[in-house]
Amino acid sequence: MSAPQHSAIIISLLSNAIKAGTILLFPTIGEIFAERVGILNLGVEGMMLIGAFFGFIVTHITNNPYIGFAAGVAAGGIAALIHAFISITLRGNQIVSGLALTIFGAGFTTFYGQRWINMNLNTSFQSFPFPILSKIPVIGSILFNQDIIVYLSYILAVLMWFILYKTMIGINIRAVGENAKASNAMGINVYKVRYIWTFFGGLMAGAGGAYLTIGYAPFWLDGITAGRGWIAIALVIFAMWDPLKAVFGAYLFGSINALQFQLQAAGTTIPSAILNMLPYLVTFIAIVASSIIVKAKHIRPPKELGIPYSREEK
Amino acid sequence: MKNLLILVLAVFIAVFGFNYESNAKESKIKAAWLYVGPHNDGGWSQAHNEGRIYAQKHLPYIETAYSESVPEGAPCEKIIRDYIHKGYTVIFGTSFGFMDSMYNVAKDYPKVKFEHCSGYKTRKNMGTYFGRMYQSDYLSGLAAGMMTKTNYIGFVAPFPIPEVIREIDSFTIGAREVNPKVKVHVIWTNSWFNPVKERSAAETFIANKADIIASGCDSPASIEGAKKAHIFAVGYDSDNYAKFPNTLITSRVWHWGVFYTKVLKEIHNGTWKSSQYWGGLKDGIVGLGKFGNRIPKKVKEYVLNKEKEIINGKFKIFAGPIYDNKGKLRIRKGQIMPDKDKLSLQWFVKGVVGNIPNK
Repeated sequence: MSAPQHSAIIISLLSNAIKAGTILLFPTIGEIFAERVGILNLGVEGMMLIGAFFGFIVTHITNNPYIGFAAGVAAGGIAALIHAFISITLRGNQIVSGLALTIFGAGFTTFYGQRWINMNLNTSFQSFPFPILSKIPVIGSILFNQDIIVYLSYILAVLMWFILYKTMIGINIRAVGENAKASNAMGINVYKVRYIWTFFGGLMAGAGGAYLTIGYAPFWLDGITAGRGWIAIALVIFAMWDPLKAVFGAYLFGSINALQFQLQAAGTTIPSAILNMLPYLVTFIAIVASSIIVKAKHIRPPKELGIPYSREEK
Repeated sequence: MKNLLILVLAVFIAVFGFNYESNAKESKIKAAWLYVGPHNDGGWSQAHNEGRIYAQKHLPYIETAYSESVPEGAPCEKIIRDYIHKGYTVIFGTSFGFMDSMYNVAKDYPKVKFEHCSGYKTRKNMGTYFGRMYQSDYLSGLAAGMMTKTNYIGFVAPFPIPEVIREIDSFTIGAREVNPKVKVHVIWTNSWFNPVKERSAAETFIANKADIIASGCDSPASIEGAKKAHIFAVGYDSDNYAKFPNTLITSRVWHWGVFYTKVLKEIHNGTWKSSQYWGGLKDGIVGLGKFGNRIPKKVKEYVLNKEKEIINGKFKIFAGPIYDNKGKLRIRKGQIMPDKDKLSLQWFVKGVVGNIPNK
């Protein structure tokens, strides 16, 4: 095979890797904000499934991927409100509630998803070259010949980084996660902030799921997320609770996903079962590596992550 | 006295029970099917379901039922026992993983007849059945070999087991017979039904300039990928022509109904015996689907001629000399691979780019 062909393969694979990464980028950003306000939501997998399911069926019914996507996003947000109610209003155990949400999402979508299996969508997001930027050699064809949802995810990552670090809203968010009592004393409505950003986490998980079934698959299948929600939670640590770093994490995992198939197609002797394991294996390695860095750089999770807040308690 | 009463009751129930069973047999034969996936999976289970409907349509004296997405292991055994308690006397298990459950239950119900697809364990009341799909694979390989321009064909494969390896090998033999430059690249998804993985595998092949995608998996996801990239695909399980008339070369199709009517007729006539059925093109249990709209007449005629030669026994697939993909001579000239070796095949023929994990 000649060299130019090789680069064409790499461009095409990385372009697919961006799509696979987008599925992870949304929920990772969402979970970063939920954790930043102190709410640990282990229900990402369940919320993604719910978003994926509603995104798929609404697209199937309306034949419009954008309406479907919006429905998936909304469904993810509604699912997150269950977690918000339990962990904020009722001050329940966040780990148990999050796990319950994951199990609920899997059960609900499997049960109601039966009749949607093997139906495919006749419509999907159309890719289009982004003006000017798509002309950049190599990078242009990888990053800027995508569909609108991918472009949206770029904007979102930068915007959320800006909000978190450069605005008053961001200061409030970080304050609530670090010390809820002090924030309350400062006049921040802790309940409201926590509700909003837990809800936002759900919207983003729904977006990731909906992009999976509408833009990437485009099919419905029981447990279609296949652990991506858990990878997103791991990516939050990998990204050190920073939306911009989440971009690198998400695309790294997208690339690994594409790589496992490419290695097989090229006739590697590595057993396919190990290649299939690769994304999960790398999650493990990434967590270990980032934990070491986090320690060295004295970065730590939001101080009151997972701790319920009560205004009455003094 | 109490013991005697229980004994009498037990005998009574036993006799009554047997009477009940034979009564049911006289009226209608009740047959139940177990599917590993949803009955509408667009692939393997759907092909079996179509076979069930075919038998139901052609035999007025049967009554049928099915359970879908049946898990392998203990839950499967329970489902079978429930059917038997409801008076079903014929059980068709359509996945390899149901073998041990069926084998266990068959021991307890010698009057109930069991037919297990793709396995190897038999009893007096339990037979096995499968089809020589490799014949269809070979024929579709011929067409693919003639149609490819890049000489890169991608094969999306589920598990590295003899059944699937046989498919890839015979497909490759066909493709290289008409076009020795063809390479067939393999990606394992390690799952029978996972549209997302199948689609990703297809996309990877497409990135590598494949112009034909074949699949041994049970969903049409890879054909969907081929359609989007405007290349060709080879269908599997059911005839995919209706959905993909411009993408398909042809489909490798199961006609399970042929077997189901045969077995149920035999049971009705009282001539059924447990056997290991392995039918082919000749019996009509496997075949080719419709050719796609873009396939030239010349290609169709060539393939259909070969089909005739296979049916009348003039042509044999897996005839030597055959080298494996590491260059070792596996079948000498003049030899034909015996069925026993076909059923335990664990190597790729020359021209396959892929790897079979070591046990």
